[in-house]
Amino acid sequence: MGCTPEGVANALRGAAAVIAEHRAELIELDRAIGDGDHGENMNRGFQAVVAALDSALPETPGGVLKLAATTLISKVGGAAGPLYGTAFLRASTVVSNQPELGAAEVVAALRAGLEGVRARGKAVEGDKTMVDALLPAVAAAEKAGGGDVAAVLSAAAEGAATGAESTVDLVARKGRASYLGERSAGHLDPGARSTSLLLAAFAEAAR
Amino acid sequence: MKKIINDPADVVTESLRGLAAAHADILRVQEDPNVVVRADAPVDGKVAVISGGGSGHEPLHGGFVGVGMLDAAVPGAVFTSPTPDAVQAAISATTGAAGALLIVKNYTGDVLNFETAGELAAAEDLEVRSVVIDDDVAVADSTYTAGRRGVGGTVLLEKIAGAAAERGDSLDAVEALARKVIGQVRSIGVALTAPTVPHVGEPSFDLGADEIEFGIGIHGEPGRERIKAEPADELVARMVGAVVEDLPFTEGDRVLLFTNSMGATPLVELYLAHGIAERLLADRGIMVERRLVGPYITSLEMQGISLTLLKLDDELTELWDAPVNTAALRWKA
Repeated sequence: MGCTPEGVANALRGAAAVIAEHRAELIELDRAIGDGDHGENMNRGFQAVVAALDSALPETPGGVLKLAATTLISKVGGAAGPLYGTAFLRASTVVSNQPELGAAEVVAALRAGLEGVRARGKAVEGDKTMVDALLPAVAAAEKAGGGDVAAVLSAAAEGAATGAESTVDLVARKGRASYLGERSAGHLDPGARSTSLLLAAFAEAAR
Repeated sequence: MKKIINDPADVVTESLRGLAAAHADILRVQEDPNVVVRADAPVDGKVAVISGGGSGHEPLHGGFVGVGMLDAAVPGAVFTSPTPDAVQAAISATTGAAGALLIVKNYTGDVLNFETAGELAAAEDLEVRSVVIDDDVAVADSTYTAGRRGVGGTVLLEKIAGAAAERGDSLDAVEALARKVIGQVRSIGVALTAPTVPHVGEPSFDLGADEIEFGIGIHGEPGRERIKAEPADELVARMVGAVVEDLPFTEGDRVLLFTNSMGATPLVELYLAHGIAERLLADRGIMVERRLVGPYITSLEMQGISLTLLKLDDELTELWDAPVNTAALRWKA
């Protein structure tokens, strides 16, 4: 895939489909250690992203990412809205007005997204949050940076999947789940899971 | 799940239409994004007091919009904080040169979304400040958690900050008073059953028939521990102890005692618990000078109660007693 505006939009459409498919799973994960709204909120946000893209497609990949960011911020709510919104916003800023993105830009966008989430949510590795999926995803993407966009995203998706899995054993120290303390261990973090689902959808679209 | 609803996606908007129909003399509702605004807003020269959060905690916050309390309330989806553009809409509808105070409960989503909205408002040259209430003693306030939650004390804070703004206090003064209230209010909650969020369709957590979650937040999310059900005398003593020992409240303190139903606990049990709490506080030499008893900050149909203690002085008592005219709280001086 060329990382054109259409390509990025298709990746987001794919992500929306994957989130819709896993809505119940995310609700169930969040019900275990949060308040059960993550699947619903993410689904509402990504359906709105698809609707926004259908009504007007921005002219640059950065513009598409920015439209996704502002839509997620205004439709998701909760903690996920500002966190994912900030991630996409920072990603859009770093690729500025380039008409098409290469592997290096995709890596930079992923890195910027991670830094945005860290700045907004103030979570660090091991807190049992989406950072635990994003961090290994970015590390893997940077390692694969010499390849093409598909290789970068597929490495990121693998890193995120492994990272998300690692949250099962962790004790939550941020967000709603932190109130459970030790009782949060043994459960997959819903935010890390949704990050992993999104990156898998992006990788699939780039293939 | 059995609920009096249509499409779960429309629950909040349809409920707000009912609120507007029932209380047209006090408030009006804007849709898309959803905001509840005082009927006479914006009030010239007055600091706007704005709060919000997930829906499902009614009458918080829409029920507290009106003269003497909130200028606007921003309801999010059920148990989900509102988005920054909705908070911004509330600011636009109510805020003039005197500025606005945002009252934010310490939940990650609320803090993040209100923080973003505050930045947007600042970009429009409006003077907006925020205070974060974190009165829940169930949670250790450490760097390793999201910190203490904002729970029952929010109602008392909204009343007192609202009264200060109504009498013409400056933004500096209203903010300082709000911080004072936050410094001397403490709460604890318990859950006997879990609530069911309409778009989820099943209870938010699993609790055994003989179990009580001690130290819940307003979404039923847990705090301290899960205990076996026990008689009210013992349960209320455990709750009063947790609150009193935290600040701590000491002999000779004058307080407001707020006994709150989380939604489904009936008044017969609520008054029973309140009576026990008053007696236990008297035993400790703590003087209850003002009371509030009822369902004011709820968690849908969750069974459970919360107890909140606010240390009073003459100024806070006067502001508590000041006239208020909202859907859920109404009295004259």
